[in-house]
Amino acid sequence: MINFPVWAVAGGVLIGLSAVLLMWLIGRIAGISGIVWGAIAGEPGDKLWRLLFLAGLIAGALAFHSLTGRSVPVVNDNYPLAIIAGLLVGFGVKLGSGCTSGHGVCGMSRLSPRSFAATAVFMVFGIATVAVFNMLTGGSA
Amino acid sequence: MKLFAGLATGLIFGAGLAASGMTDTAKVIGFLDVFGDWDSDLLFVMGSAVLTAAVGFQYILRKEKPLFALKFSLPSKTEIDKKLISGAVLFGTGWGLYGYCPGPAIAALGYLSPVTAVFVISMIAGMAMAGRIR
Repeated sequence: MINFPVWAVAGGVLIGLSAVLLMWLIGRIAGISGIVWGAIAGEPGDKLWRLLFLAGLIAGALAFHSLTGRSVPVVNDNYPLAIIAGLLVGFGVKLGSGCTSGHGVCGMSRLSPRSFAATAVFMVFGIATVAVFNMLTGGSA
Repeated sequence: MKLFAGLATGLIFGAGLAASGMTDTAKVIGFLDVFGDWDSDLLFVMGSAVLTAAVGFQYILRKEKPLFALKFSLPSKTEIDKKLISGAVLFGTGWGLYGYCPGPAIAALGYLSPVTAVFVISMIAGMAMAGRIR
């Protein structure tokens, strides 16, 4: 069922705005996987802004919850699943040069064919994984 | 200026992720569950983010250079190769298994759940492994 989700649209606009600002100010793509990897293994002079971006990511999320009073999401305490999924996500985004932000938001909005292809593939596999997972475990997780 | 830009855009991005519901793994799984009890909200996140960025990039990328850098650093590759596709396959599978993609996982670290930290550490380990086969 489709209803109009105000928070989803507001959140999306903020994400898009952040990407535009980062490009306008310092000419960089707001792709989180690239920023994370660059903060760890990038050139020394190019690390600090990335670390600050990631710190901002954490602080911005916390600020949202405290300013709006909206509750913090409940986590899934399945550690083995978190480890396997984390490894797959990390390996995949590095190999595929991007994730939901770099390919999905920045790349598609620049009409990059690589990003359209990557986004289509990770969406399809995300959907398929949830479908198979639910089938094997019986119902929505 | 580079540092200020990093922090400011990170803050906005993080607030956007939290507002959108992307940091809630159950909501993300619900969005990917198109054959079950589909939650369409995150489609609006993607849509509004792409629209906002598309309009903004239209103006900005016409400029000669960014305000505080010598050039726009844009990916130069155009070829859709095996690495891109197999990377997207693995990423999509991991995303569907737990519900975190990289940005929300990092943003959710502030919620101080140990399982989120374990996810992020595993993710960085995965990146390091992929970095090695290049």
